Amino acid sequence: MTLSASPSPFAHAFKDAAIATLIVAGLGFPIIAYRADPDFNNMLALTSRWPLFFIFCGLGFALRFALSIWGARKKPSQAPAAPREKAKRGWLPPLGLLAILAYPLVMLAVMGPQGALKWVDTYGVQILLYILLGWGLNITVGLAGLLDLGYVAFYAVGAYGYALLAPMTGLSFWALLPICGALAALWGFCIGFPILRLRGDYLAIVTLAFAEIVRIVLVNWDVVTHGEAGLFGFPGVSFFGLPFIPGPRGFDAHFGLKFAGVHKLIFLYYLVLALAILANFVSIRLRRLPLGRAWEALREDEIACRALGLDTANIKLTAFALGAFFAGVAGCLFALRQGFVSPSSFTFTESATILAIVVLGGRGSQLGVAMAAVLIVGASEVLRELTFLKAIFGEDFDPTQYRMLLVGMAMVAMMNLRPRGLVSSREPTIVLKETEAPA
Amino acid sequence: MEIFLQQLINGVTLGSIYGLIAIGYTMVFGIIGMVNFAHGDVFMLSAFIALLLLLLLTQTLAVPAALAFGLVLFVTMALTALWNFAIERVAYRRLRGSFRLAPLISAIGMSTFLANFVTVTQGPNNKSIPPVFDHVIAITQGGAYDVTLSYKQILIVGVTAILLAAFWFVVQKTSLGRAQRACEQDAKMAALLGVDVDSTIALTFVIGAALAAVAGCLFLLHYGVVKSSDGFVPGVKAFTAAVLGGIGSLPGAVLGGLAIGLIETLWGQYFSSDYKDVAAFSILAITLIFMPSGLLGRPDVEKV
Repeated sequence: MTLSASPSPFAHAFKDAAIATLIVAGLGFPIIAYRADPDFNNMLALTSRWPLFFIFCGLGFALRFALSIWGARKKPSQAPAAPREKAKRGWLPPLGLLAILAYPLVMLAVMGPQGALKWVDTYGVQILLYILLGWGLNITVGLAGLLDLGYVAFYAVGAYGYALLAPMTGLSFWALLPICGALAALWGFCIGFPILRLRGDYLAIVTLAFAEIVRIVLVNWDVVTHGEAGLFGFPGVSFFGLPFIPGPRGFDAHFGLKFAGVHKLIFLYYLVLALAILANFVSIRLRRLPLGRAWEALREDEIACRALGLDTANIKLTAFALGAFFAGVAGCLFALRQGFVSPSSFTFTESATILAIVVLGGRGSQLGVAMAAVLIVGASEVLRELTFLKAIFGEDFDPTQYRMLLVGMAMVAMMNLRPRGLVSSREPTIVLKETEAPA
Repeated sequence: MEIFLQQLINGVTLGSIYGLIAIGYTMVFGIIGMVNFAHGDVFMLSAFIALLLLLLLTQTLAVPAALAFGLVLFVTMALTALWNFAIERVAYRRLRGSFRLAPLISAIGMSTFLANFVTVTQGPNNKSIPPVFDHVIAITQGGAYDVTLSYKQILIVGVTAILLAAFWFVVQKTSLGRAQRACEQDAKMAALLGVDVDSTIALTFVIGAALAAVAGCLFLLHYGVVKSSDGFVPGVKAFTAAVLGGIGSLPGAVLGGLAIGLIETLWGQYFSSDYKDVAAFSILAITLIFMPSGLLGRPDVEKV
């Protein structure tokens, strides 16, 4: 809204804000103002929440008013900001890596073996798993530009692959880790093959359909997957043959340590970290190889790629399969961490979360993806800790719902405001004159 | 045979609901070439709005059920249309001309937002209303199985048919529909000829949402239960219907909706009800791979 011609920006902003308030009131009318809950007869009864409704209207008014004033103040002709000189921050990566490496040991030293459990597990292993998944999906979505809405299917293949193969074959997880990855990559290849010809958004929808089919099969194929109950009791992680169990044959006894559950998690932490770094390394190196160049070219313009004689089928398939490979590895690690796999871990929400991590991180930016994973996964865990929020939002406050609410809003905001991501450090190699995008 | 007939009736009922949602997908795709991923959640939201309004009218104001339902239908249409208008304004309008997948990603974000917005404001559990319009008409009697047609089903198919006729009239005969079809063919040319493209697109979202709201009301009436995760699967199925009918084609959307409804009920009856969603998802994948222009669609020629 450019309001420079208007005599009084405040009057105009007030009018805008009043309209916005009316719209917010219309949006919120039944859904915020009332809530339906079953009463003791199991019949739905309404409770009114008019104060909340008026708070929303007030927020709508204030927000629109502030935006209008701000919009009026802003100079209409803004020269594009000159690219900022990048500060040399060569010390940052090694220092960051050192901090990440020291993290579980510091936690162990500070919090003791019991207190460190949560910090190493939920804030350590869990976030690293999402970083690994984010970097994996980044190959498919960020580099090759293939929007994969069914990434969670490959994650499930890895997790179920381990949970089923470990007791069946008796192989250790060191052997099964690459096997799970390869299985997922094979699935990626098989799913990718028929959909090569599809255009971007159709491809996204078909991957979504495949992932849902995989999930429904996991739910209903009771004989193998035990349905919703899931699989558990499969062998866990071991330190080069030493299992993490109490007793003389375990890892702790061998090294003369007192048994603590956190040791297993610390090992898992370093394992996931190593694999995440591998994923990062692979995608950074591949980007400089002809294959990676071809991925990025494909993302920018498929028709131009074909015209230049690139084999788009192979390029797409490798992107799909490599992304799937890391999802399979992550799935295997997920099974190791949980000791339990069930179809409820592999819903579309999970795919959307991973996609949000990639999108918020800026498709293609490695650091951005890692930061987005910390933000999205870490933030909801922090919210869970804040008990005073329960006092405000009531006893049934579940931060995961609010997390996904915010994730959804953030995805919309990112696409609208900064489509290149939070950390848009990735500069294009060659810039053409800006052409008008086709409608 | 009786069972087949009964499932045929059930399938047409379900298919009408899918068809109404599918129109929203197909119109938006036709006009801005975007898969409106959040449309299923708009449908779910409308079912919730209808639920709350119905309770408000019948419990608090003691309006008789039939009148209440009529009122609910219209108010829900208006409010859902307002929602979709706001959604288009906030989430999609600025993205025209952005990179290809931007609107889809934004729509996925919007879909996540809507589903969790309803979860946060209304709770994650099933909400069920007492059954209304329960009367049934027996079609066959004395056979192995009594085939029945409920008032609800008649109402659903009737309302769908009337609305589709009205909608068809709007798109084919009014200047508004003409502007809409013009934008669909060539938005830039339409703009040069004086069509307000922005408001035409906004109107497309409004019409789509109003039809989704009708589907939401009918869904609530038919099943009597709704929960906040109900947007996803019906949304994907309705999208499947739009794709099967040929995306961009309005009669195709209705035809596809009926086909998906019938396939789902018959599959559930004769194969396995556990895997009935697999049928819809497989049709989606198979259609897109082998027959991307669907039954009635025009082949999609990519212009460089």
